[in-house]
Amino acid sequence: MAFFENRLKQVPTGPRKVLFINWPLVVLVTAVASVGVLMLWSIAGGDFDVWARRQTQVFIVGMGLMFFVALVPIWFWRSMSGIAYLVAFLLLVYVEFAGETNKGAQRWIDFGFLQFQPSEMMKFALVMLLAAYYDWLDVRKVSRPLWVLLPVLITVLPTILVLMQPNLGTSLMLIMAGATVMFAAGVSLWYFVAVGILVTGAVAAVFLSRGTPWQLLHDYQYSRIDTFLNPSADPLGAGYNIIQAKIALGSGGWSGKGFMQGTQSRLNFLPEKQTDFIFTTLAEEFGFVGAFSLLVLYALILGFCLVAAIQNRDRFSSLLIVGVAANFFFYIMVNLSMVMGMAPVVGVPLPLMSYGGSAMLVILVGFGLVQSAHVHRPR
Amino acid sequence: MITRRSLMLGGAMAAMVAALGARMRYLQVDQADEFRLLAEENRINIRLIPPTRGMIQDRNGKLIAGNEQNYRIIITRDEAGDVDLVMRRLASLIPMTAEELDDTIVAVKKHSSFVPVIVKDRLSWADFSKVSINAPALPGVAPEVGLSRLYPRDTDFAHVVGYVGAVSDQDLEGETDPDPVLRLPKFQVGKIGVERFMEATLRGTAGTKKIEVNAVGRVMRELEREEGTPGADIRLTINADLQNFVQARLGNESAAVVVVDVTNGDILCCVSSPSFDPNLFVRGISHTEYASLTENDHRPLANKSVSGAYPPGSTFKVVTGLAALTAGSIDEGYKVRCPGYLEFGGRRFHCWSRGGHGTVSLTNSLTWSCDVYYYDVAQKVGIDKIAEMGRILGLGERHDLPMSAITEGNMPTKVWKQERHKQDWRIGDTINASIGQGYVLASPLQLAVMTARIASGTSVVPRLIRMIDGQEQPVAPAPALPVDPVHLQAMRKGMHDVVNAERGTAKGSKIVDPTMVFAGKTGTSQVRNITKAERERGVVSNDDLPWNRRDHALFVGFAPYDNPRYAVSVVVEHGGGGSAVAAPIARDAILYAMSDGVPALDAYPKAQRGRIESMLKELPLRDPATGAAPTTERA
Repeated sequence: MAFFENRLKQVPTGPRKVLFINWPLVVLVTAVASVGVLMLWSIAGGDFDVWARRQTQVFIVGMGLMFFVALVPIWFWRSMSGIAYLVAFLLLVYVEFAGETNKGAQRWIDFGFLQFQPSEMMKFALVMLLAAYYDWLDVRKVSRPLWVLLPVLITVLPTILVLMQPNLGTSLMLIMAGATVMFAAGVSLWYFVAVGILVTGAVAAVFLSRGTPWQLLHDYQYSRIDTFLNPSADPLGAGYNIIQAKIALGSGGWSGKGFMQGTQSRLNFLPEKQTDFIFTTLAEEFGFVGAFSLLVLYALILGFCLVAAIQNRDRFSSLLIVGVAANFFFYIMVNLSMVMGMAPVVGVPLPLMSYGGSAMLVILVGFGLVQSAHVHRPR
Repeated sequence: MITRRSLMLGGAMAAMVAALGARMRYLQVDQADEFRLLAEENRINIRLIPPTRGMIQDRNGKLIAGNEQNYRIIITRDEAGDVDLVMRRLASLIPMTAEELDDTIVAVKKHSSFVPVIVKDRLSWADFSKVSINAPALPGVAPEVGLSRLYPRDTDFAHVVGYVGAVSDQDLEGETDPDPVLRLPKFQVGKIGVERFMEATLRGTAGTKKIEVNAVGRVMRELEREEGTPGADIRLTINADLQNFVQARLGNESAAVVVVDVTNGDILCCVSSPSFDPNLFVRGISHTEYASLTENDHRPLANKSVSGAYPPGSTFKVVTGLAALTAGSIDEGYKVRCPGYLEFGGRRFHCWSRGGHGTVSLTNSLTWSCDVYYYDVAQKVGIDKIAEMGRILGLGERHDLPMSAITEGNMPTKVWKQERHKQDWRIGDTINASIGQGYVLASPLQLAVMTARIASGTSVVPRLIRMIDGQEQPVAPAPALPVDPVHLQAMRKGMHDVVNAERGTAKGSKIVDPTMVFAGKTGTSQVRNITKAERERGVVSNDDLPWNRRDHALFVGFAPYDNPRYAVSVVVEHGGGGSAVAAPIARDAILYAMSDGVPALDAYPKAQRGRIESMLKELPLRDPATGAAPTTERA
C-alpha cells in the first residue's frame, strides 16, 4: 500500500485538477457534438426547436456530468465498479418485466424527462467491473481457464438479458467490449481463436434454427439480416431504409448538396433521419469531404483515448480507458457500417451525433471516466 | 503487455476506420453519379397537364360543343386541421345536404392527409365566390377551376356530335400504346358520334410539369412546366339553326330527317327525334334518367338518321324505274294497265289503289305512285340490275362519316339471298323489292344521298366535317353518274309531278314560290304483313292500329326543281302515310334551307298559310345567337 500512497502524492488535487484534464479530447468531443446539433437543425428544416435545442441542453448537462466524473478520483470509481454493475444488472432485470416497449422490444425506463436504457449503462459498468477484476487479478493468472470463465460470465449474463429484450445491436456491443478489455488485459490469444470458431458455429446455429420452434432470433431480426443481404428484394418494405440511406450518401458526392439542401432528408425519404441515420444527412449535405472529416474526428478521439491508455501506468485506468474507447468505437463501427449498407440495420445510434438523451449522457459519463483516469494517473 | 495489446487494438481500429473511409469513398465518389440520379428520381415526378379539348361548331361557327369552367371546391386534410369544423362552416356557405357533408368528411378522413378531396363539383359562380371570399376562415379549402365539356344546344346535336365521358377500360382496350393522358383520373374522351370519331383531332396533346414531391408523394413545388397543345376546333357542315328548326318541327315524333347539299355533299341537317340531353352523360346520368331513355318506345338514344334501316317503300320506285330505263327494259314511253293488282304465280300483288290506276305512263307511275307499274317493270329488269342501280345511288353502302352505328342498309341480290337465307331468289321477292318492301332497307341518310345523286346527276359523297382548325376541308368534284341524263330527267319530271301535278300523291306539300319549286317522292312502308283475311274484311285504317304497328311515312325530295341545290329525306316511324305526314316536314326543312331562316309564308299555297303560320309560330326554337333553349314550356 505504500507504493500506492506514494503514487497518490503526485496526483493533482483541488481546482488544479482542471489543468490536468485531457483538453484536446474535450474539444474533439464538443466538435462532434456540435456537428450533431448542426445536422439536427438542418434535418428539422431550419427549425432549431424541433431537436437541436434539446440535444444542446442534453449535451450541456452531459458535459457537466463529464467534468464531475472527471474530477472525482478514479479509485473512487474503481470502488464503485461492483455496485455500478449490480445496479445496471438489476435494472436490466427490471426492464425485462416492467420496461416501456418500443418496436416490440423492452428497452426503456421512463423517467419523464429522460427515457433511460439500462443497457447503455451496462456497457460502461461492464467495462468498469472487468477493469477492476483484472486490476485485482494476478497478471500470471489471467489466462487460466477458471480466471477466464469469471469475466466471461460477467460479460455473458447481462448480454443474455439484453438479447431477451431483444436488442441484438447492444448485445453484440457488450460482448465486443468485454472481449476487448479481456484482450487488452492479456488473456491468451488461443481463447479468442477458440471463441471465433464457436461464434462461427453459433451463426450457423442461428440460421439453421430458423423456422423451428427453438429459433434463436425474432422474425424481425431475421428479416433485417435478409434485408441486409439483399436490400433490393424488398425495396419498399424492410430494404427501403438501406436503399434510401445509400442514395442519400451517394448523391452527396464529393462536396455535398449544401447545408439544408439535402433532398433525401428534407423530403423525408430518409428513415429515422434524426437518430440512427443522422450520418446520411451529413454525408448528403456535406459530401465525402464532410463525412470523411467526421470520421477523422472520431479517429482522433479514439487515438487520444488509446494514447491515454498506453500512457497510464495504472492497470485499472488503462483497461477502463480501452474499454470505454472500445465501446465508443463499436458504436461508430456498427452505426456507420449499417447506414453504408455493410451491416444489417440493428438500431445503434451514432455516438454524440444521434438525437437521444440517454445515449449522449452515458457516452459523456464514459468520457468522464476516461478523464478521471487521465487526471488521476500515477506520475 | 497492455501496451502491446493496446497497440494491436489501435491497429485493428485504424484498419476498420480505414475500411469505413474506403466505403465512403466508394459510395460518394465512385458511385456518386448513379446515386445522384436515383435521388433525383426519388424527388421529381412528372405530371401531365390535360389539354383543352377542341370545340365543335356548326358550318357558320356557332358553338355546338365547348368547354365550360367547372368550379369546384376541394379540401386537404393536413391543411384543414379540424375537418369537421371547417366542413360545417363550408356547408353553411354553399348548398350541401347533410348526406353530402357526411360523405365528404368520411372521404377526407379515409384518404391520406395530403390528398385533396372534391367537396362539391359544378358550383355556381355565386357560391364559388362565396367560398373564395371566406377562404381565411376555411383552412385547407381551395376553390379550383377545371374544364368540362358543355353542349349548349343540348338535344339538337346529341346524335351527331355525341358526348364525352371518363375514360373506361373499354376505351383503352384496343390501343396498343395509349396516350398517357388517358390515365389521368376523370379525363374525358369522346364516347359516341363526332366526339368519338374525331377524338384524335379534338384531344390535343398533354403538357407536362415537373414537380418535387416528398417521400409520401406530397407536392412541394413545381420545378418546370411545358404546355401542351390544345385540340383542334372542328366545324361541321351542319347548319345549327336548320338543325334546331327541324328538331322542333318533329316534336315528339319518332322520326329522322337528313338534308344534303347536292352540289358538295354537305350534310346540313341530320336530325333524329326524339333526342336526349348529352350534358346528362357528361355530368353523370342517374339511373332513373337513363332508364327513362332506354325504356322509351320512341328510342331517343338511337341515331335513326344514320343507323335506322327502313324499308324505303315507294321512294324506291325511282331506283326501279331508273334501273329499267338504263337496262333498256323499257323506254320513257312505256305504259302499263293497272287493274289494282297483278296476278303472278297464283298470287295477287295489290296496288295501294284498290280500284287501279288505269293506263299508267312512266311519269304518272311516280305521280300516282302506282305499284302495279313497278311490279311489271321489275319482272323485266330483274333484281340484280335494280340492285346495281341502287348501289350507284348509294344504297346498300355504308357512307363513311364520323358518326356512330352507321348502317349500310340492305340492297338485296340473288347471291345475297342465297348466302344469307340459303334460299333461291323468287320473282315475288323482286316484285316486293320493286316498291321498296321486302328485303330492301335504307337509312334516311342513304335516301337523302340517293335523292341528291338523282337531283344532281353526280355521285355526291356526303360529308360532315367542313373545317378542321380553321382549314377548309377539300371536296373532290363528284363524278357524273353512269346514267343517261335523259333517264334522270324523266325521273325528276315524275318527282316534280308528285308534288306539283293535280293528282300527285304529295300535292298538298307544294311550294308555290317559282324559284323554289319542290319535287319528291312519297313512301309508305308497311311494318306488318296484311293477311288475305284482313284484306277481305277490309284493310284496317292506320289510325285504328296500335302505334307500333302503323306504317312508316317516308318522303324524299329536292329543290329547286330546275336547278337542284338541296335534297331531303324524311322518315316518320309509324307515322302513317308519306304524303300526309312526311312530305310537309320535308317541305318545311328544305324551305328553311333555301331561305336560310324560317320560311316566308308566301312560299306556301294560299289555303295553307293560316295553318302553317300558327304552326311555325308555336315551334319552340332556340335563340339563334346563343343556342339557348326557349323559355316557354314545350308542348
